[in-house]
Amino acid sequence: MIEVDRLTKRYGPVSAIQDVSFSVEKGQVVGFLGPNGAGKTTTMRILSCFMPASSGTARVAGYDVFEQSLEVRRRIGYLPENVPLYTDMTVAAYLDFVADVKGVGRSDRRRRVGEVLERCQIPDVRERLIGRLSKGYRQRVGLAQALIADPEVLILDEPTIGLDPKQIVGIRQLIKSLAGAHTVILSTHILPEVSMVCEGVVIINRGRIVASGPLDRLMQELSPVARIQVQIDGPAELVGQSLRALPGVERVEARGAVDGAATFILESGRGRDVRRDISQLTAQQRWPLLELRPLGLSLEDLFIRVVAGEEHEEAMAENAAPTSTEEVPS
Amino acid sequence: MRAWAIYKKELKLYFSSPIAYAVLAIFALIAGWFFYNVFAFYVLASMQAAMNPMMARDLTIVDGVLRPLFQNISVIMLLMMPILTMRLFAEEKKSGTIELLLTYPVRDGEVLLGKYLAALTVFAAMLVLTLAYPLIVAWVTRVEWGPLATGYLGLFLQGAAFIAIGILISSLTENQIVAAVATFGTLLIFWVIAWASDSAGGVLGRVLSHLSLTEHADSFAKGVIETKDLIYYVNLIILALFLTLRSLDSKRWRG
Repeated sequence: MIEVDRLTKRYGPVSAIQDVSFSVEKGQVVGFLGPNGAGKTTTMRILSCFMPASSGTARVAGYDVFEQSLEVRRRIGYLPENVPLYTDMTVAAYLDFVADVKGVGRSDRRRRVGEVLERCQIPDVRERLIGRLSKGYRQRVGLAQALIADPEVLILDEPTIGLDPKQIVGIRQLIKSLAGAHTVILSTHILPEVSMVCEGVVIINRGRIVASGPLDRLMQELSPVARIQVQIDGPAELVGQSLRALPGVERVEARGAVDGAATFILESGRGRDVRRDISQLTAQQRWPLLELRPLGLSLEDLFIRVVAGEEHEEAMAENAAPTSTEEVPS
Repeated sequence: MRAWAIYKKELKLYFSSPIAYAVLAIFALIAGWFFYNVFAFYVLASMQAAMNPMMARDLTIVDGVLRPLFQNISVIMLLMMPILTMRLFAEEKKSGTIELLLTYPVRDGEVLLGKYLAALTVFAAMLVLTLAYPLIVAWVTRVEWGPLATGYLGLFLQGAAFIAIGILISSLTENQIVAAVATFGTLLIFWVIAWASDSAGGVLGRVLSHLSLTEHADSFAKGVIETKDLIYYVNLIILALFLTLRSLDSKRWRG
């Protein structure tokens, strides 16, 4: 539904994004993840036909965003980052205008406006001036205008920013419910949001894609081993040896003992669950098992690993150059 | 036609903010003051003419009231039109709403047309308000409706050209004040450009005189529709709107 191929956007000598390629399947919700200034907004602006790329192509719903911009614009709903709305209009008048401009027939418009207000949980501000609304309401009016013509593709730039926790939950549910019938690409720098809402993820840093794919596959690729922390009340030496001897366990790391209970971290292949073997072992040996906890690699770890890993490599390359100056305390 | 949706939105914005009301009210007020003075002077001249038949021959409603009135109205237009047009694109750029507007399935031409017609509508409302003055004249004396109609046509074309220039300048900046000042400056230059025609002389003088915004309006006020005047305004409008389209399009090819 969205195909991006070697997209580059330069502002003078500075590249906002460079050789960005990814694709989104129909009906998927994909998170566009990256630190501030990574190029998320630039990419979304190109996808929404607001500005052209310097090179590369992007296709939305089968149409080129540059050559067939009007066709693309008929099929998208776009929520820009800072939610620019006409502050002098009422919510209902504004949504009616958007529906009109997007070609929703006069008879359907009233109904559609009512529907999206309901979906975005803001029917109470229908007749209020947009300029008088709080940030959270404006954000949802912005989302409502993106949804009004029931577009195939939704491009949402930071859709939950400025909302309170309860509203965030509501909007995430709403976005989740769009999956299937709509293709959604949303940018965020809030990591839990991606794991809660999205099926796929595209991680961008400094204008380059550093990882992309389905979330679970990405997790597995980046951390091929499963880690488990166990705490067993038994003789540390012997327990460690027995754990090492378990089939499937690749590495055991002792983490010291507290009150006679030894803590270990085990690594095993992803495909193999060794928890049953551990509990059987402790039962046989009559060692009380105090803790058995899988140490999942969280999205935070993943993100930091990917982004920091990149920066680390670059730093290494820079440091490799010989330096003669030494820091002198003044 | 998507331009219709843009047109309705622009009109709503004109009338949901105080701009349109302020422009309409102040325009009517100043035009009324000018009318009062022009008409009072005409009354005085008529009284003197009653004693001097030679003078009475040259004293007509068209020359004595309508032409000066139209000239005065076009001076007020020079001041008010920049206020009317300054927000059209500059405001959308400043507040960022242009980002949404240009990602809606409307052509740039439709956006421009909607906005242009909305400003033209507010301007037409301004002109309609001034109809009261000729009607007052018609109440007390006989008015020639032909020159009155062509006079209004001249004013309308002049205003339409002002708006086209204003919308072009508004599309070039994101600051409304800059748009207003630059529009006013441009209109004023076109206004006084003919002043240099005598000193320049020759072909250049004729070109300068032909470029003037005001030179072309006066024949309309006299009751004459000249093709060259008509073409001048229509050309100016088309040129300014075309340049506005290029200016809107420029963001697509500018880095």
